[in-house]
Order: sequence, then C-alpha cells, then structure tokens
Amino acid sequence: MFHASPWRADFPAIAALQRQRQTYLDNAATSQKPQAMIDALAHYYSHGAANVHRAQHLPGALATQAFEASREKIAQWLNAPGPNQILLSHGATSAFNLLAYGLEARLNAGEQIAVSALEHHANLLPWQQLAQRKGLELVVLPLTAAGHVDLDQAREMIGPRTRLLAVSQLSNVLGTLQPLAALLALAREQGALTVVDGAQGAVHGRQDVQALGCDFYVLSGHKLYAPEGVGVIYGRGEALGQLSHWQFGGEMVHQADYHRATFQPAPLGFEAGTPAIGAVLGLGAALDYLGALDTAAVLAHEAALHAQLLRGLRDREGVVLLGEPEQALASFNVAGVHPADLAQLLSEQGVAVRAGHHCTMPLIKRLGVQGAIRVSLALYNDSSDLQCFFDALDNALGLLR
Amino acid sequence: MSLPSAAAQALAEFEVLQGWEARARLLIQWGERLEPLSEAEKTEANRVHGCESQVWLVAHAHGGTWHFRATSDARLLRGLLALLLVRVNGADSAQLAQLDVAGWFQALGLGRQLSPSRSNGLNAVLKRMAQLSAR
Repeated sequence: MFHASPWRADFPAIAALQRQRQTYLDNAATSQKPQAMIDALAHYYSHGAANVHRAQHLPGALATQAFEASREKIAQWLNAPGPNQILLSHGATSAFNLLAYGLEARLNAGEQIAVSALEHHANLLPWQQLAQRKGLELVVLPLTAAGHVDLDQAREMIGPRTRLLAVSQLSNVLGTLQPLAALLALAREQGALTVVDGAQGAVHGRQDVQALGCDFYVLSGHKLYAPEGVGVIYGRGEALGQLSHWQFGGEMVHQADYHRATFQPAPLGFEAGTPAIGAVLGLGAALDYLGALDTAAVLAHEAALHAQLLRGLRDREGVVLLGEPEQALASFNVAGVHPADLAQLLSEQGVAVRAGHHCTMPLIKRLGVQGAIRVSLALYNDSSDLQCFFDALDNALGLLR
Repeated sequence: MSLPSAAAQALAEFEVLQGWEARARLLIQWGERLEPLSEAEKTEANRVHGCESQVWLVAHAHGGTWHFRATSDARLLRGLLALLLVRVNGADSAQLAQLDVAGWFQALGLGRQLSPSRSNGLNAVLKRMAQLSAR
C-alpha cells in the first residue's frame, strides 16, 4: 500500500534533494526543515537582529520578547509547568554536559550513576567522565534481546548508592522505546535524580514531562525540524535547584566584582553568553508548525511507514535487524555482507542512510557487530522513499552476494 | 615517474566505465586480486584506524623504493586499496610525497571516494602511508 505524506510539500528541501536524485532517510541524524521555520529565520534576520536580555533599544526588546515567547512555546509543547523550567543550551550534547557539570557537586565518591547499555555517546560520556572525576561508579544497565533495558536486572542494580539515572526514551540505534515509567520509579524509590534523553523520542509525538515524572528531559532542536545550535533542558523545580552554575560569562551573572560574583537563577543563570537567538526562534516556529498538525495523523503515518520498512527488511533473505524496532527507525545488517560495502553502494544510488556505529560504540561492540545500516523516518517521508531504498538495497545485494 | 604498467591497465579498464554498477563490479574484481596478508600480519600495529571497516597496511622498502601491501574486511575498500597500491608501489619516498593520489582516483572515475565526508578509510590509509614512508 502507498502511504503518501500530506506534509511533504511543507519541506522544500525534499523536492531539492529529489532533483539531486537523493532519497533522505537519515532523519535520526538531522531533519529537513519546514518552510514556515525557514520563513521565521529569514524574518528575524531580515527585520533586525539584536541581542537578548541586554539592551534598552527597540530591536533588543523585540528580540527578547520573541526569544522568551519561544521558551514559552517549548514549555507548552512539553507540558512543563512554566517557561522558567526550560533551559536553552547549544544542543543536546551541551545540555548533557551542563547537567553532568551542574550536578557534580551533589555527587560523592563511592556513589553510583546508572545509564543503559544503549546510550548515545552524548548521554554516556559526560557521565562516564563525571564518574572518573569524582570516583563514582558508572553502572550500565543491560538490555533484553529485543533492545529494552532489562527491568529485572535494573531492579537489582539500581540501589541505595544510585544517585542518578540517565536513560534514553527512544534508542537511536534499536528504535526501541524504553520502559521509562518503571525505570524512573526505581530511581525515585532510591531518591536518585533522573535524566531522560529525548533527542529521538521528542521527535515522534507529543511528550508530557510532568506525566513522565523525570527530573530532567533533554531534546535537540535540529532533529525536531528546527536549526542546529539549540538544545532544551526541562528541569523539575526542585531538581533545577540542585544544579550548580557551570559556564560563566555574559548575562548569567547577577552581581560581579573582580574577585567574586553572584549568579542568576534558572533559566538565565545557565545560559551564559549570547544564545543561538535565531535557532531558538526557529525552534519556536517549528513547534508552531508541528502544533498545527493533527498529531494523531502524523503518528499514524509514521507508524504505517515504519511497519512497511520492517516488513520489507524482514522479507529479504539474510537481513538481520538489531533488536526489535518499535518506532521511527531500524538498523540492520545482511549476513555475509560488510555494512561498509552496503553503505557505499546505497550512497552510490542516492540513498542517504547512516552506516557505522551511530555514536554508540559500546552498544555496537556489545551486540557483536561491525556496525549497521540505519534507516530513519520523518513525517515527510513516504512509500516512494522506501521503494527507492529497497530497490537500491536489492541492487547492492545483487552485486555483493 | 611514468605510470607503472599495472596502473596503466587499471586506468584503461576504469576510464571507459559508465555508471556505479559497472564500477562497483570492477572494484570488487580488483579487490580479489589484492596480494594477501597473512593472519600474522593482521596485527594491531599494522591496523589503520579511522576506518569504518578494518584495514591493515604493511610497508617494505626494497633498494630505496616502497612496496606496500594492504587488505580490509570490506570488499569495495579492498578494490580501492588495490587501485592505490598499483599506483604507489615501486615509488621512492620523494616520489611518494609528490604523488597526486586525488588526481589518480579522479582519473579512474572514483574521485568521490576521497572526499572528506567519506569514512571508508582511504584517507586514513594515505596518512599512514605518508608516515611510514617519511621515516
């Protein structure tokens, strides 16, 4: 059955890529942008850029107003209690680093940080390095064969020494949704802080951070149809209060002397320097665009395409999926074929998919594979994209086998 | 330095090809002709890092000229390595340093394989070759 995307024409790059004979199926890496978001960026830069939270002048006031309106939209999008619980970082990676440095003073040698075995390097290395700095133990929660955190083992491993749990919502390699409700409950029972990596999860459907009940939720703007250079941290009220200031500089300061300074509370105290104003406004515009869509229809379309992707992969002899993907993406290998060879021949045919370790080297090693090919979907993809991919896959395998 | 005869043959075979499929087929054939490396030579010390696949490179100097052998677990990369080796083997250090490898792959119709976003490892192999031959 052909699944058409009614939103495809909203993304001008899809037609441009088509003219270059490119089929874009690397959406978990970054997304194409809707015209409405591009227009908002062009509007800001062509109507008068100004720095935020500083100047008395009119352009400064307008930029600040628009910037804070974006923060408000992000808060509403995530159902956060208010905009002061939304910190804007320079990306998801810098968000995790902010959290790891900001919480450092709360953690003591001998305590534990728990992460899952499928974390992206961005939600692994900041905690690994924090553990090394402070003499903490990094506990790695194992996975089931399907690709979920094994709750039985997690129950044993999350204990009284666990001070923090950092876990993904949707795996960027396995496409599996993690059992967050149960995991967060285990951490809460121990009084541990919880950090959810929503870089992939936030892109598919609406998230409600209060219902989720995490202390921190992180997302990446550029994966959510917005520009690069902006990441979001939602923080629960009490959890935000536990963060120490991390980066120091312009506008995060309250009073400064040569030898001492006091700092602003959240959110501004955690946003040193000029933020990515255009990108933040772009994120607000992307959320306006997404907010006007029928979310149920978007999710149904993505689910239908995902099912079509899985069916096509499972129909082909020798294809081995990594885990049991549930949403948005699937990674696979083909028996007897090196993933690098397959990736090269797919790209020769204009199919843009990702190959390699997907910024999860420990997971790839644990799965015992040399890498994998990942196909990842967005709301503008349709069945013709999948057909291009499968045709190219069949051609490539015809040559390589 | 004139083109070694094996390189001249590669050029004759590749420059007439049209389309990715024919090129990939021939690349795979060339990869199969690669002079083998023994298992004992596939050591960590001979491994070239920075590639998506595993690559090993061994260098020997004979009377002032270089002879490299290389292999990989990826078939297309084996082909690219074979095409690189027919061009560089027999050169002395000074000739190697001046060799236009990008131009060579361009002439073969494989110029894109050396672009910076490629992680196939050819660039890492070139870097290692330069280090080995500069010693």
